[in-house]
Amino acid sequence: MKGRIRLAQLGLLVAIFATWQLATDPELIPPFVWADNPNRAAFFFGEPAKIFRVVWEWFAGGTIYRHLWVTLQETALAFVIGAVLGLAMGLWLGLSPAASALFDPYITAMNAMPRVVLAPIFMVWFGLGIWSKVALGVTLVFFIVFFNVYQGVKEVSPVVLNNTVMLGAGRGQLLRFVYLPSATSWLFSSLHTAVGMAFVGAVVGEYLGSASGVGYLIQQAEGAFDINTVFAGILVLTAFALVVDFVVSRVERRLLVWRPTHGETLEL
Amino acid sequence: MPRAVAFEAVTCTFAGKDGAAPYTAVRDVSLGIDEGEFVSVVGPTGCGKSTLLNVAAGLLKPSAGTLSIFGEPLSGINRRAGYMFQAEALMPWRDALGNVTAGLQFRGVDGREAAERGREWLARVGLEGFADRYPHQLSGGMRKRVSLAQILILDPQILLMDEPFSALDVQTRQLMENELLDLWSADRKSVIFITHDLEEAISLSDRVVVLSAGPATHPIGEFPIDLARPRDVAEIRLRPEFIGIHDRIWHSMKEEVLKGYAQTRNRTAA
Repeated sequence: MKGRIRLAQLGLLVAIFATWQLATDPELIPPFVWADNPNRAAFFFGEPAKIFRVVWEWFAGGTIYRHLWVTLQETALAFVIGAVLGLAMGLWLGLSPAASALFDPYITAMNAMPRVVLAPIFMVWFGLGIWSKVALGVTLVFFIVFFNVYQGVKEVSPVVLNNTVMLGAGRGQLLRFVYLPSATSWLFSSLHTAVGMAFVGAVVGEYLGSASGVGYLIQQAEGAFDINTVFAGILVLTAFALVVDFVVSRVERRLLVWRPTHGETLEL
Repeated sequence: MPRAVAFEAVTCTFAGKDGAAPYTAVRDVSLGIDEGEFVSVVGPTGCGKSTLLNVAAGLLKPSAGTLSIFGEPLSGINRRAGYMFQAEALMPWRDALGNVTAGLQFRGVDGREAAERGREWLARVGLEGFADRYPHQLSGGMRKRVSLAQILILDPQILLMDEPFSALDVQTRQLMENELLDLWSADRKSVIFITHDLEEAISLSDRVVVLSAGPATHPIGEFPIDLARPRDVAEIRLRPEFIGIHDRIWHSMKEEVLKGYAQTRNRTAA
């Protein structure tokens, strides 16, 4: 069953690219639609055959690896820094009602602000290297993690808390053995979104001004109206995001073994 | 000899929410539990039984009156007591062994020694081979066993139990009650066992304390249970002595139960 679905998914992918090729190749359908200029469709939508050639050249020639590495670094750094800050802040505000009341309007305001407009400011502060992209990613990741951890702290079961107190846990131990595990479980449930946001921050940052990274490649190609290279960049980014998502799913499954899954039977 | 737990004129009044009148859950309760005595507290639902237990645990400070533990007034958490809650209290992110050894870990016991003692206790509550199961992989009865081991591994002198088996089915419940009696008879701790099930109270205890309906709950009767030990909770219920005691206590309780029922009904109606 699973194999058949995989096969169907692959078939659909092939069909999409085949249709795309048929509809854009200047020697196939377009001459019948636009007799005066058969290149019109290819100009706007690119041609899969040429897109794949660009991708092939990138990987065979080795030019893409440097850019992928830069994007990966930015994504990873943005995620880690944003998650740590969000976790710390979420724990603090979750446990201190006074701090929470004080910061509440500021958090709401900063979350409502479209953070992409900060990109130019970060570029002035951190330059055109990776750190301005990391900073943008951090502002996106932080709020997702923060809200989840805050919620996680608020929703710790009071019975579990009282039980832990009765077993002799002090304040520090409560934080370490109850609040932190509970908060991190909420953190992991937002892992996919958070990593995705780190990735968005990295690519948008590159796109707005950089000297390397996949976003930079796309921006360069766009400047030259090279639509095939733009699509090649998008394709590589999508594949890259899928790989990252797969890794995140693996990590998640390892770390959340204690979470009940539906319909799980006891193996004896 | 000072009593293990002594309530003296304990009153608990809670502030009303959003301007409602303050609510007195427990009024003027004096009650003592001797060392090694198993005392059950029964009363109609919603009468403030758990409030009393929270006071004994040190989780709740009484509005008036004092609580002393072996003759010393209690301040802060009662370190000599183990508390078994009615609701699920295990840490879901820790496996059975991790939950059982939590208290030892908090006390700074060496990890390997804690694990060894944890395994011993898991075996003692009949969960050998379940050490690496997470709470959601265990049945309700198994989770209660883990809770029991988690508390008893710390060897508390006082055991506070808040309707611990009320969520279990009848068969599992009687099994657990017998196991509790077995564990308890091995080294007699002082037990306060809260329940609304009179049969459970009689079959387990040395003494049954009956509470009035809330609000302002207070004890309205105490009945010594002089049934021979060791007991089998399933069999003892059929004995004529048991039925006699049950009748006597039930008569004194009936009025309060009806009162409690009427109040709950009025509250729902209003």
